[in-house]
Amino acid sequence: MISSDQTDWTGLDEVQFRFRDDTMVDHPAVTVDSFVDQSNAAAVRLEPGDNARDLLPHLDRLALVEVNFPAFTDGRGYSAARILREAGYTGELRAVGDVLIDQLAYMRRCGFDSFAADRPLDEADAKAAFARWPYVYQPAADTQSASSEEPSHGGVPIWTLRHGRS
Amino acid sequence: MYKYDQYDQAMVDARVEEFRDQTRRRLEGKLTEDQFKPLRLMNGLYLQLHAYMLRVAVPYGTLDSRQMHALADIADKYDRGYGHFTTRQNIQYNWIKLEDAPDILADLAKVEMHAIQTSGNCIRNISSDQFAGAAADEVTDPRPYAELLRQWSSFHPEFVALPRKFKIAVIASETDRAAMKLHDIGIRIVRNDVGELGAQFYVGGGMGRTPMIAPLIRDFVPLDQLITYSEACLRVYNRYGRRDNKFKARIKILVHEMGADEYRRQVDEEFAHLLGQGIEPPFAELERIRTYFEDPAFKDRLSDTVDRSDPDFALWVDRNCHAHKQAGYVSATISLKPVGGIPGDASAAQMHLMAELAREYSFDECRVTHAQNIVLPHVEKARLYALWQVLEENGLGTANLDQVGDIIACPGLDYCSLANARSIPLAQKISQRFAANGKGDTLGELKLKISGCINACGHHHAGHIGILGVDRKGRENYQLLLGGSEAEDTSLGKITGPGFDEDGVVDAVEKAADIYLARREDGERFLDTYRRIGMEPFKEALYGQA
Repeated sequence: MISSDQTDWTGLDEVQFRFRDDTMVDHPAVTVDSFVDQSNAAAVRLEPGDNARDLLPHLDRLALVEVNFPAFTDGRGYSAARILREAGYTGELRAVGDVLIDQLAYMRRCGFDSFAADRPLDEADAKAAFARWPYVYQPAADTQSASSEEPSHGGVPIWTLRHGRS
Repeated sequence: MYKYDQYDQAMVDARVEEFRDQTRRRLEGKLTEDQFKPLRLMNGLYLQLHAYMLRVAVPYGTLDSRQMHALADIADKYDRGYGHFTTRQNIQYNWIKLEDAPDILADLAKVEMHAIQTSGNCIRNISSDQFAGAAADEVTDPRPYAELLRQWSSFHPEFVALPRKFKIAVIASETDRAAMKLHDIGIRIVRNDVGELGAQFYVGGGMGRTPMIAPLIRDFVPLDQLITYSEACLRVYNRYGRRDNKFKARIKILVHEMGADEYRRQVDEEFAHLLGQGIEPPFAELERIRTYFEDPAFKDRLSDTVDRSDPDFALWVDRNCHAHKQAGYVSATISLKPVGGIPGDASAAQMHLMAELAREYSFDECRVTHAQNIVLPHVEKARLYALWQVLEENGLGTANLDQVGDIIACPGLDYCSLANARSIPLAQKISQRFAANGKGDTLGELKLKISGCINACGHHHAGHIGILGVDRKGRENYQLLLGGSEAEDTSLGKITGPGFDEDGVVDAVEKAADIYLARREDGERFLDTYRRIGMEPFKEALYGQA
């Protein structure tokens, strides 16, 4: 995990946690509408009402998708994240907005790999939250990609641990 | 019944530590109440009128004696010596201190229990038929599927902030004892023409302020696609369920507004996509879970004869016992509805006793019913009389299952911060009235359900007689509904007309019962007579000639 001492600015985001080692996109994310019209943009911001599947024809030119959580109680962004990962998107997937400690582990499982909360999160509490779950029951976006060194056994479901990997 | 392995235990233990940490951060001021609220709700902790209320999950209503003893101990140690069994087959405690909650969850984890997702905008505890694994009429025990769904829905990362709460029920018989079609998803396990088991999905039912009966969305989902199809149903809801208005956020509104056909089309599309994602558990997992629900060691060739020479006992057998698939056994229901009692309440002493009886008479198993009673699922007929005598001695032998005194009631204004009117005192008065005038014993099956507000926790829409408490210019007022049913003949009750005050509605229920007694034909239940003769005769009796 790369933590806040290595944060950098992208647009208006202050990225506090980032689980990637590639270079960050250096221009601000644009709305879905302008992204689809603009052939050179590599960063887009999804709002809760946007359809993540509108991005699927353009995944090859995307390096950053920001998913905005205007309120932490609006969970549409979790589905958006999984849909992008299920479609094979491997670029950065950043949760922005009202991102709180207790959402981090779930967001990670849905495929988010960077986090830029409106208000900075307590470093120790956040690290504890990322490492909270010893296992996971169900497959999600982390199931294929993560290494087994990580918490939650790399997203390998309990169901698979019980019966052996197929 | 199901037992945790090291994985299940580790997850529940991690949850206890998480909640302990969340409570610490709340008490340290690192979390605002608005931020803490969804977290405590997802651990079953509500702030009510007088104190915190903790709702503990009883997955598909099944408990062993060790767990029931632990529930009694919690009532003694952290509450006021009693608990309240709910219409979701759970138990709740009404006088909890926030700082005790993590310790209570730790006590629960020691007996393989928890309060995970018993509240909040997430997938709630999965409910089922209280006679599962015992009923003569089921095609299979529905609980392995409920358990698989429990695991799938626990900490599901995509569905932690749904538009609204989400309730799933699983049954496996034509007879519906779990109000299946009044759930967000109702699943009935069926057998097809070639003998394979599969799942019917009814989606978009519910009670609340806009009651709806779920339409059939898919008539046969193969069991090795059960989780994938469920995930598709939930994803469409999470993405498109309304979030602009809390009162229109349940999936029933989505299905209603887009239409069942369009919802089905979208689910099918998502389902086709998810089938390629490999999210279904290995079939071996379902087989592993099934091994926990194999029949207990029933004795063979037991007699079906019951000595009915004690008339009080014979009445209890007729009313409170249900046919079992194994010769010589019955499922016996312990009524938590004594005359004048609080529906669904049990003292710690009664819980300890029921735990002992489950161990002694029912292969260490008991069940919570959605009608707020307790079932001993596997009792030898030859031992029924001994069981009944113990129940009688301890105030648990009331012979009123599905009778007018077996009232479902929400906690109402005595506890609940949402309520407009009290439910409990009304239930007490009605049961006392029908005991005192002797009519209760003549009415047969009559399901009476009371809610203290429009949210319908007391299932008033689904009562043969339903009562809804409202606030009318600062006074408690009660509307009367007739003709609802939560069974396989699901229907929604209709309001009779203007409401009544508390005593007035007790009189009104009696008048409605009198019309039934006067007009019933051979073998008709109250509901059948109502359906045959319609609302008018009841209206005339209640409000006089127009």
